[in-house]
Amino acid sequence: MTGATPAETAHDHDHGDDCACGHDHGPAKPFDTAALISARGLTLMRGDRLILDHVDVDIHPREIVTLIGPNGSGKTSLVRALLGVQELTGGEISRVERLKVGYVPQRFDIDRALPMTVARFLSLGHKAPPSALSAVLAEVGAERCFGQQLSELSGGELQRVLLARALVANPELLVLDEPVRGVDYTGEADLYALIGNLRDKRGIGVLLVSHDLHVVMAQSDRVLCLNGHICCSGVPETVAQHPEYMRLFGPETARAFGVYRHHHDHAHGLDGRELRGAHDHGHSHGDAL
Amino acid sequence: MIEPFLLRALAAGIGLAIIAAPLGAILVWNRMAYFGETVAQASLVGVALGLLLNIDVTLSVIVTTLAVASLLIVLGRQKLVPLDAILGLTHHGTLALGVIATALIAGPSVDLMGYLFGDVFAVTEGDLWLIYGGGAVVLTVMAWLWQPLLRVAVHEELASAEGVPSRRVRAAFIVVLALTIAIAMKIVGVLLAIAFLIVPIVAARPFAATPEGLVVTAATVGAASVALGLAFSSNVDAPGGPSIVLCMALIAGVSLAISSRR
Repeated sequence: MTGATPAETAHDHDHGDDCACGHDHGPAKPFDTAALISARGLTLMRGDRLILDHVDVDIHPREIVTLIGPNGSGKTSLVRALLGVQELTGGEISRVERLKVGYVPQRFDIDRALPMTVARFLSLGHKAPPSALSAVLAEVGAERCFGQQLSELSGGELQRVLLARALVANPELLVLDEPVRGVDYTGEADLYALIGNLRDKRGIGVLLVSHDLHVVMAQSDRVLCLNGHICCSGVPETVAQHPEYMRLFGPETARAFGVYRHHHDHAHGLDGRELRGAHDHGHSHGDAL
Repeated sequence: MIEPFLLRALAAGIGLAIIAAPLGAILVWNRMAYFGETVAQASLVGVALGLLLNIDVTLSVIVTTLAVASLLIVLGRQKLVPLDAILGLTHHGTLALGVIATALIAGPSVDLMGYLFGDVFAVTEGDLWLIYGGGAVVLTVMAWLWQPLLRVAVHEELASAEGVPSRRVRAAFIVVLALTIAIAMKIVGVLLAIAFLIVPIVAARPFAATPEGLVVTAATVGAASVALGLAFSSNVDAPGGPSIVLCMALIAGVSLAISSRR
């Protein structure tokens, strides 16, 4: 672990216009010692499908890294690999010693036959006094959920409770897999603002997985665009200009990015579907909830 | 004065109700009810195997149950056919094999109905030792595995990401489940064994606010059903095991009806 690469140059193989991935990966870069977690050459084969192709990722303290990519681009596999629950075909991951990771999974469908209050859920596997649990709930704006059953929460409340659970053990790195699932649009903006605040207050690193480009990008320090391999990466503006990004997400969305940093050019119904969407976005909003 | 055979039946049934509750909860929370049903009914093959090899039927049932559970886990990994279809296939295939094998191997002298539906009034003192000894082992392991099992039931991936060895925890649970099925077979037979695990949980669900509260309430419902069922059975001369399970099902039905009106 020598030769730390600064964040700016940890710019995972950037191919320019041509990205047909007959590319040369070159010699492996050393781990980034300034990073909380540093992954090199992560490769995953499932059958004969290449899910992850020599992916390099670094996440630093106080940094929000957003991982974007179309459906099936390997986002969740990459997250699972970084969490250490995905066996890999190749590559290596270096973590800061005893790195504490808080994780918010993409889907959370608790069986209604399992009665459990929010307080109990937060303390599962952690020995925390009730005051600490209320404090972390207050931090995410869900203090009134303390005694409620998990199955009774709304989509937005559940996401906040999941975030609280991820924060209970005071993690240094927060990993959020599509944290705005099942949340309406104002709730979504609030949730991203909350994540930004948590980073500022707690000084944690954040890895955010998203299919929703506009809002996320405004909050991010760095964006990784994944499609099996890292297509392009950098500050949001750089990625938005990148031809590979435009190819993946469609020129319409890519052009819209600069303008629509804080609002959307289309309304969404409560089910998350676009109400007025004649134009092609090229990105998916996932399952309607 | 209660007859000794009735006391033994009562002790056996109540013991099983207590052992079954935590396992039933885990099965229901993980949506594994049909999985449990399948491995339980497949254990009839274990009965046949025990008779054929002239070894202890309890032992051969445990081994067979584990083998079928492993087979299901392996078959469940393929993506072509959904798991419930695999379970249906295994369930009926092994049940048919078990009935044929038991009938052919032992001839008409073997009490097939006894294995299918149990014979709670024929419980011996030796059986009681098995139920309470085996039950103590089951409950000890369950107490030890409870927190990780709960975390896996809440969210398996989250639990894994937080360092719970989910696969090993599940594997250990299936071993305990096999032991419980072997115990339950003595009392309610292979066809009704899983009812002892699942039905009290359903009955107790509307009245529980915590996972442990659900388990305790379910154990109480199970024990009460045993007492009611045996009373009914000895009064009208109905089969014991089915009478107990019928009581459980009636309580569960009433309980769900009450909760849906609230």
